[in-house]
Amino acid sequence: MNIVERLEKLDRRIIFLLTLLAVIIPLLLPIGFKIKVSEPVQKFYEAVEALPPGSKVLVSSEYDPSTMPEVYPMNQALARHCFEKDLKIIGMGLWPQGIPLNQASMEQAAEEYGKEYGVDYVNLGYKAGGIVVISAAAENIPNTFPLDYAGRPIEEFEIMQGIRNFDNIDFIISLSAGDPGVRHWVMIAQGRYGKKVAGGVTAVSAPAFYPYLNAGQLQGLIGGMKGAAEYETILGTSGTASRGMDAQSIAHGLIIFFILFANFFYLLGKRRKR
Amino acid sequence: MKKEIPLLITFIAGMVMILQFFIPHRPFSDLQQLFNTWFLIITVFAMILGLGNLFKVHTKRLQRRPKGWWYSIVLLAGFAIMFTVGMVWGPARGTPFDYLFWNVHIPMSSMMFALLAFFVASASYRAFRARTPEATLLLVSAILVMIGRVPLGNYIWNKLPLIGDWIMSYPNMAGQRAIMIGIALGIVSTSLRIILGIERTYLSGK
Repeated sequence: MNIVERLEKLDRRIIFLLTLLAVIIPLLLPIGFKIKVSEPVQKFYEAVEALPPGSKVLVSSEYDPSTMPEVYPMNQALARHCFEKDLKIIGMGLWPQGIPLNQASMEQAAEEYGKEYGVDYVNLGYKAGGIVVISAAAENIPNTFPLDYAGRPIEEFEIMQGIRNFDNIDFIISLSAGDPGVRHWVMIAQGRYGKKVAGGVTAVSAPAFYPYLNAGQLQGLIGGMKGAAEYETILGTSGTASRGMDAQSIAHGLIIFFILFANFFYLLGKRRKR
Repeated sequence: MKKEIPLLITFIAGMVMILQFFIPHRPFSDLQQLFNTWFLIITVFAMILGLGNLFKVHTKRLQRRPKGWWYSIVLLAGFAIMFTVGMVWGPARGTPFDYLFWNVHIPMSSMMFALLAFFVASASYRAFRARTPEATLLLVSAILVMIGRVPLGNYIWNKLPLIGDWIMSYPNMAGQRAIMIGIALGIVSTSLRIILGIERTYLSGK
């Protein structure tokens, strides 16, 4: 086996080791790459910024721990942004595992900004049914979510007073890692009820939402950890997404190096065979 | 009658949902709410059915003891523990359920997903080859988007993020729109076939 063939069949443990180093070293020794804010994230920020104080923002969490590094920083930054602007957050979710994550984000931000559960924010919890839950809530929120995530009646909460359906919601944000998620909120809340909708999604699914953004059906879009880091940058905070960008940059660079390196030897081997 | 009644139910339910979209007034709006409520109840029953099935499959595995049967013990124990603490203390913050979610479920789930980075790196080295012109195009686009969407790209060449954004906003969006329109047309035609009773495979599997 010559050198070209050997490199083509490089032991995968070497690749694993290099990947590990590419992730761990920048996390331990941060480089501090500057983060440039993209247009979709800028739009997202401006859409939240345009809401007057006291507006009701519905934040739906459609993600789980597996996509937490990408979506959770968005959730945290969004909660901070809302409370800084004195907006009221109504949390809910179409994925059961997103509920505690949304709750933790809101609690953390509430502590920083001195906000109170039931007055400034509430978590309506999870309801099975995907797109039908959106459709049902659009018509009647108290009927669809009679209790909050911990089983308390929602009429007990000040924030829910006067909230009947989507007419009483000023802005809807879905933080999603798949289906049901942003697409369904656009289909029902925006398409049918004309509500303003924005989304935060994983990097791998972000390309699918560009048509909605371009058509104005989405007010803004945060894509992956990079998008979350951009959002943190606009807000002037440094969260887990900003800290993770160095590692992601180096890991992306390494993967690109792998692709180029492997293709160089592949093409060299092909030429030799001829 | 065994087939006619389900066909009639499907037709009525389908037509009501179509009509309420175009005529959002009574009685169609009321019917929509009623059907939504029914759907939500049925979904919960489907979840219970799924859990029951999961329990049944793994209990049988414990009885038969095929290779790797002990994984079923882990699954059933996890299921029983989370179910019990969830039912007794509820899912609110600070409860045992919440503790297990944050300290057991999240680390395990994150670890499973983190492993993907290693497989992606390995696959990019082994499988991502410029074998055909189409594969080369995909490869070049992927590299430009990948590097253009991380801060490192801006340091290498400040036009790389712009190129990445252009690929996402034009070729990607055109492709995505084509896919979405295709899917939507497919859904419309399949739904009409089911509502009108032309497509009946959901009834008997034939």
